[in-house]
Amino acid sequence: MNYSDGRMLLSSQREGQVSRFNLWVTILVPFLALLFQIYVPLFFRFLNFLEMPLLVVVYLGLMRRNPISGLFVGAAVGLAQDAWSKNPLGMFGITKTLVGYFAASIGMKLDVDNVLMRFLLAFFFYVFHQSFYWVMEHALLNQQSPFDMPAWLGLGVLNALVGAALFHFLDKLRVSAR
Amino acid sequence: MESFLNRYRNITVLLLVIFAQLVLLAVAAKNEQHVRFIRVWTVTLVSPLARLMEGMRGSSIGFVHNYITLHDSDAENRRLRAENDRLKLDKIFLSNELNRAENAKALQIFQQRSPSKTLAASVFSTGIGSSRKVVYVDRGSVSGVMREMAVVTPDGIIGKVTAVYPTAAEVLLITDPMFAAGVVSAKTHAHGTLKGTGTSQCKVDFVAFEDKVDPGDWFYTSGDDRIFPRGMPVGVVKAVRPGQPYREITLDPAGMAGGSPDDVLIVLEGIHQDIPDTPPPTQQVYLAPAPPPLAEPVSQTAAAPADGSAPPPAAAPRGGSGTEADKARALYQKTADSEDIVLGGGPTGQNIKRPPDFTKIPVDPRTAAQAGVAAAPAVVPGQPPAQKKSTAAPTPTKSTAPPDAVRRANQAGGPGGIPQP
Repeated sequence: MNYSDGRMLLSSQREGQVSRFNLWVTILVPFLALLFQIYVPLFFRFLNFLEMPLLVVVYLGLMRRNPISGLFVGAAVGLAQDAWSKNPLGMFGITKTLVGYFAASIGMKLDVDNVLMRFLLAFFFYVFHQSFYWVMEHALLNQQSPFDMPAWLGLGVLNALVGAALFHFLDKLRVSAR
Repeated sequence: MESFLNRYRNITVLLLVIFAQLVLLAVAAKNEQHVRFIRVWTVTLVSPLARLMEGMRGSSIGFVHNYITLHDSDAENRRLRAENDRLKLDKIFLSNELNRAENAKALQIFQQRSPSKTLAASVFSTGIGSSRKVVYVDRGSVSGVMREMAVVTPDGIIGKVTAVYPTAAEVLLITDPMFAAGVVSAKTHAHGTLKGTGTSQCKVDFVAFEDKVDPGDWFYTSGDDRIFPRGMPVGVVKAVRPGQPYREITLDPAGMAGGSPDDVLIVLEGIHQDIPDTPPPTQQVYLAPAPPPLAEPVSQTAAAPADGSAPPPAAAPRGGSGTEADKARALYQKTADSEDIVLGGGPTGQNIKRPPDFTKIPVDPRTAAQAGVAAAPAVVPGQPPAQKKSTAAPTPTKSTAPPDAVRRANQAGGPGGIPQP
């Protein structure tokens, strides 16, 4: 399949190619993303806006095109992020579960190898992640945090730019389809 | 079922994973009150349902109990009616007991204050027959009751004893047509005869047409019948109609205002009293206790007015102005003291060198008119009439003093007004 023809929608499900990753990649990449999320902002505070675990979940969901696999990856990464943070267990887990599920579901319909599509999907899922997390804070925990959509949109653009580059890097770790 | 799960496998797994994480979140997280969210959410979810179910259960049970299973309602209704009747009887009994206690207390107070000697008695039976108005009391000849004794209450007369038995007595009420007693009007002192009419009211006969009697006037016993002591309240005039030669006066007996009383007083020894000018009070009046006795006698100077005016010529011996007799006695005592004569200090007519010169008594017109001081020289015990005339010079006020004042002044001069040197 030629991925450079500029199409964003797949004509059929068979047209989509399921990417496969080695097990160590599936484990190591999210683990590194979590480490990055935890330690890098301690030394480089300007990188605090990055949501590396989210970008990894989006990428794995888009590439594997399996909703169940995507939701489990999202749940695992999210719970691990909750465990390493001060959040109650389940906040990031639920949010990233939905992100992984929807990313895998969208990946079956869209040409996720398109750079622009990756940028847009990374932007969309970042905003969705932040918005849904805010809703859960209010609905489940009764916490009053600001609803700062303009900031989320700006940070979404930055994360989408980083995500597009990250996705390009992660493409080199996938196993070619047989 | 299997095909359903296969068809919606993805969304099912998603929901299960989300639910599991929700449970995890609810167990792990706590709110501001440190209550786990799983408890908060569970109570929040279950409470409305539980309230709804409890309301439905209560309504159902109430409906079944109130409208369907009425097997014990009739018995319960009868039981409650019986209990209600019993409570009504208890209430009436307690009210009667309370009234009886109040009446007994009033009788006791009246018995203590009345100068007449009375005996308390209780009415235990009424006479048989509608024409006669008689009752029976539980005191008889054993207690000293005799026929024709008056029967009264603090409110007024009740009747008279018409028959005496050893332990009981028959009392003819004043409402009986055979009853009669002498009465007098408090306002105009019009005399008449009280008679029963067989009803709850009485009439006063033989009040002359010229005597003025108005509705609202009080009648008291006159003592003329030798049964009721003078001055006991009888009743208030309700209506007065002109007649010839006597007025037709209808009277409400005060002692029978609430019907035949349960407790009465039998007058064993009657003492006549004055007819009061004002009607007897209908309400209880608070009477303060008597003031404590003074430690030292109050001198005349201490009793003098604070504005420097002259003290009264005859100050009261102790703590007050005293009666007119006390004032007159003080005047005489002062005169005798000035002449070194002891009044009332020895037997009558003995050791009297000379009588005191009562002409030195300062004559105050008001005092003389009230106390009859000027008439006092008429009494000098132990002196012949000629000597009295020579020593007791007549004064202009002597002839104006009333005889009653003279008598009171003489009595006030000690035992016989005897001068003692």
